Amino acid sequence: MHAPVSVTRVMLQVLLAMIPGLAAYIWFFGWGIVYNLLIAMTVAVVAETVMLALRGRPLRPYLLDGSALVTAALLAFAIPPLAPWWVTAIGSAFAIVVAKHLYGGLGYNPFNPAMVGYVMLLVSFPREMTSWVPPLDFSVYPMSFLEAGRYILTGQLPAGVTFDALTEATPLDTLKTNLGMGNTVAEIRAQLGLDEATSRLLSVIPIFGAIGGKGWEWIAGGFLLGGLWLIHRRIISWHIPLAMLGALAIMALLFYLIAPDRYASPLFHLFSGATMLGAFFIATDPVTAASSPMGRLIYGAGIGILTYIIRAWGGYPDSIAFAVLLMNMAVPLIDHYFKPRVFGHDRD
Amino acid sequence: MTHDGYAGIAREGLWKNNPALVQILGLCPLLAVTNSVINGLGLGLATLLTLVLSNTTVSLIRHYVRPEIRIPVFVLVIASIVTVIELAMHAYFHELYLILGIFIPLIVTNCAIIARAESFASKNPVGPAFFDGLMMGLGFAAVLIVLGAIREVLGSGTLLANAHLMFGEAARGFAITVIEDYRGFLLAILPPGAFIGLGLLIALKNVIDARRERRQQPAIAVRSEAAAPPATTA
Repeated sequence: MHAPVSVTRVMLQVLLAMIPGLAAYIWFFGWGIVYNLLIAMTVAVVAETVMLALRGRPLRPYLLDGSALVTAALLAFAIPPLAPWWVTAIGSAFAIVVAKHLYGGLGYNPFNPAMVGYVMLLVSFPREMTSWVPPLDFSVYPMSFLEAGRYILTGQLPAGVTFDALTEATPLDTLKTNLGMGNTVAEIRAQLGLDEATSRLLSVIPIFGAIGGKGWEWIAGGFLLGGLWLIHRRIISWHIPLAMLGALAIMALLFYLIAPDRYASPLFHLFSGATMLGAFFIATDPVTAASSPMGRLIYGAGIGILTYIIRAWGGYPDSIAFAVLLMNMAVPLIDHYFKPRVFGHDRD
Repeated sequence: MTHDGYAGIAREGLWKNNPALVQILGLCPLLAVTNSVINGLGLGLATLLTLVLSNTTVSLIRHYVRPEIRIPVFVLVIASIVTVIELAMHAYFHELYLILGIFIPLIVTNCAIIARAESFASKNPVGPAFFDGLMMGLGFAAVLIVLGAIREVLGSGTLLANAHLMFGEAARGFAITVIEDYRGFLLAILPPGAFIGLGLLIALKNVIDARRERRQQPAIAVRSEAAAPPATTA
């Protein structure tokens, strides 16, 4: 493992690189994400401290490395912005305690802790974890910072507002449901991707934007920007993001060309859901990803292909977390075949 | 193993060599049915009964079975006992039988049972063999019940729900709502909850053992020379 100082530096820059995505998130979906981030980070640091103390490890170097904060941030981005505080807290604690420390702590966990926490939440609390909100412009009641906080912490909504009115399926979810009802992609996008004036007139929430989901495409753009900066700073290598986005785009293009009515375009897939966050921030986790350049290309491509398969034919609308966890399992095998041979040693 | 007498057999079955926590045998039913106390108790009792009867029978016939064919004979004995228990449950605890489903007949394949027949009952007289079956069965059932309780409280916020399946209509009132207005925590009910729960129970047992060993360090250091390795290998 590296010296704590360099890990701290890496983690800090990863957190900085999330800022463009975060800014877009707040701009389009309101303040909920800020509470999620604060709750997840607080719980993660507390859980990290408790586990380090229980395991008899020194607190300072491990706490200062910031890896728990990155895990918490990734988890917070994956949770709906108005999820109750205990959902975020349970997920964050589970990620740190079970997925990270029970496997031996930083450097030893085979699975990406944030994604384990997310999948645990998705499996355990399907209702809370699928209640997403529409972009603020189209919300029946755009909540202020304090109102959002009060709802997340106490479950109290402003008078006259119901939770169902506030929530809205994500673009990927809507696409999946409507495709299941036999509509074509073009029809769905024509109905739900109207320009703003028409949609206000018909009081339909325009879920789809220019390329991806409304608002979502800007968040994806923010993460893309942050991710490119990370590559520029050599915090992450280009292999995993390129392979993952490339594989996803090729899969999407292939099926889009075969049946454009049934399958969304490659651009839609690249700029919807957690694709960009996953490609640059989640899949690139140095602990749980493959280590050689060739291995990383295969690992990234595997995530891209699995993401597409689950999105197109699986039960869940988005699938970055499942794809990442499945490929995490394959990492030992990939590393076995694509590890640079150490000079003087035989291939075993 | 018998040199410790009945107390030693009890210690082995309930704690030191617990089928679920130490030998890690019979995981399939252990993980599959323990999503509530009553399910755990039902399968635990069925397994306990099978263990007692099979240990006793195997011990009774141990002089008449040629060693070359002992394993098939043990399997036959266990399978007949399980069939009897399955039919009895079908008759008297029909609803519970439906819930436990395939896991009742699958008791035949629970390695804990054949392991006891092979490593203990076939080498010991009826008394200790019967007692060993009882203690191993209790050890196994206890883990099923504890795991069932943990998963039921975490998963649905209740304890002893559906008690009438085992104890008749009067037992409907046994159900305790531990947490009011609980939203449910599906993970605990689903298979991953079983794996995590069992893992934590095993860890807890190891922690308790380590604590006790540390406290008795000087005494153990002398005794460990004489103590044989656990006689049971699964």
